[in-house]
Amino acid sequence: MPEATGVLVVGDSIDGELSPTSRELLAVGRRAADDLGEELAISLLGDTLDVPSQQAIAFGADKVYAVTHPLLAEAQVELSLAALDSLCREAAPRVVLIGRTNEGRELAPRLAFRLGVGLAQDCLEVSIDQETRTLLANRPVYGGNAVAVVSLAYTPQIAAVRPKVYEPADPDSSRQGEVVSFPVELDDSQARSRVVNTVQEEAEGIKLEDARIVVSGGRGLGGPEPFQDLEELAKLLGGAVGASRAAVDSGWVPASYQVGLTGKTITPDLYITVAISGASQHLAGCSGSKVIVAINKDAEANIFKEARYGVIGDWEQVVPAFAEAVRELTQD
Amino acid sequence: MPVNIAVLAKQVIDPEMPMAAFRIDDTAKSVVPPASIPPVVNGFDENAVEAALQIKDSQEATVTVLSMGTSFALDVMKKPLSMGADELVLLQDDSFENTIDSFFTAQVLTSAINKLGGFDLIICGRQASDWDNAQVPLGVAEILGLSTVALGKKVDVAGDKVSVERVTPDGYEVVEAPLPALVTVSNELGQPRYPTLRGIMAATRKRPTIWSASDLDMDAGQLEPRVTLRNLFIPVREQQCEMVEGEDGADAGRQLALRLREAKII
Repeated sequence: MPEATGVLVVGDSIDGELSPTSRELLAVGRRAADDLGEELAISLLGDTLDVPSQQAIAFGADKVYAVTHPLLAEAQVELSLAALDSLCREAAPRVVLIGRTNEGRELAPRLAFRLGVGLAQDCLEVSIDQETRTLLANRPVYGGNAVAVVSLAYTPQIAAVRPKVYEPADPDSSRQGEVVSFPVELDDSQARSRVVNTVQEEAEGIKLEDARIVVSGGRGLGGPEPFQDLEELAKLLGGAVGASRAAVDSGWVPASYQVGLTGKTITPDLYITVAISGASQHLAGCSGSKVIVAINKDAEANIFKEARYGVIGDWEQVVPAFAEAVRELTQD
Repeated sequence: MPVNIAVLAKQVIDPEMPMAAFRIDDTAKSVVPPASIPPVVNGFDENAVEAALQIKDSQEATVTVLSMGTSFALDVMKKPLSMGADELVLLQDDSFENTIDSFFTAQVLTSAINKLGGFDLIICGRQASDWDNAQVPLGVAEILGLSTVALGKKVDVAGDKVSVERVTPDGYEVVEAPLPALVTVSNELGQPRYPTLRGIMAATRKRPTIWSASDLDMDAGQLEPRVTLRNLFIPVREQQCEMVEGEDGADAGRQLALRLREAKII
């Protein structure tokens, strides 16, 4: 391998546009590259990459590795992995940043192992230690009860960054950058696992990840029926319904409702929790919310430590009256 | 031929312990195991045991549970046996301490898997509730060159293929992969079964295989640490919660709506 230099963001595009996660990573990567005084590159995989390549430059990239191959039109993890493995060996970045998205959860560890290096998983903060020119990563451990600061001994130093933690920079369409085509050899047999069927389970209406207001229910609701009340409240507020893992594990709502460490990470303007105790594992998925409101009958519940507004009370009394008042107040 | 299944399981500090009992030893940069609360088998790993036993329910299969650590609570680690697993292999050595370094853990587990002659299917929990790394299973798959499916909620074996219902953000997809394969599973798989009395009796009699580092054939270069823990701390939460009160629950609900309206939040 040549001497390692620069920061590489593993980017992706959604519907022909640079993904929100890639934009966030470019903001993190820009800072790291500037601290190192080195270049910021991004890799994009697909069959047509002109639009996202230009967007990536506007969002801070100095160089775009356009990895085009007909087989990369669909994001099959093993093919992406093979392409990124070659790119990392050839381009020899000092630091690699990957979004800890649903795909990134699988891609990042497998890439690290394939390259024989370490990975800082699910990072909330990454920075450059100027003295050693190494990456420092803050990552939640023990379900978010503690934070570990880790560094990595081998190059490339790979960090998987939690989505929605960093804000993208404002795009600057006058920025200059270079688009480099990076050819890869792939063959279909590298894709060993195959999707044979896809089933959508998500509720109708606004997507949980995109909703500006989310109403979530937990174990304290005691069954599936109360979620209908939450659905109504959410509809009234123009929001979506989420749930704690306990409610999902009890089978009251589908897994796609789960907010938390192993569920969805959401950052709504308003997050209303109903009968959720607020374990760290849940807070890991919602602590980026602008305002958290907690309704819980246990005054000692941990959720009140994270909430901006709290009501200590039985949800069966609080929620219907709250919904009624919301209806009145928001009518005019 | 019975399906030869391995489950990788980790003994962890009980994640359900009260938060007041959660303490960090700053010098050792580690979490202090609470004295009165016994450790548990990592929750997602119990889901993995359940997934393996569901396969064993419908066809001939053997289930071997492997775990790595510095010391084990035997009654805790025998739980998968009492649920119906066949064998327990404990990789126990004072040098197996640095479990935040997934690279190391995966190397140790892989050498034990090789020593056991390999498996048709390896099932693992998606991540352990202590370091939340979610790396070891995928690392083992990479080292062994296995086909891989992550985040399963249902796992079936038919012939030389594994079929997995894989959790996606808006539902699930059915993924097929050739054996030998490694599959990670999540809580969506459902509650693990309870040990039966017969299972508990059988588990009591069963003696685990215990191997130390010297029993395993490991390449020293591959054991060099990849991850260094610089610091470990409990984050401070600074949010001040404004409690909204009322004459009763319903009134508090109304007051809450008014307060949010005042603050222009709704």
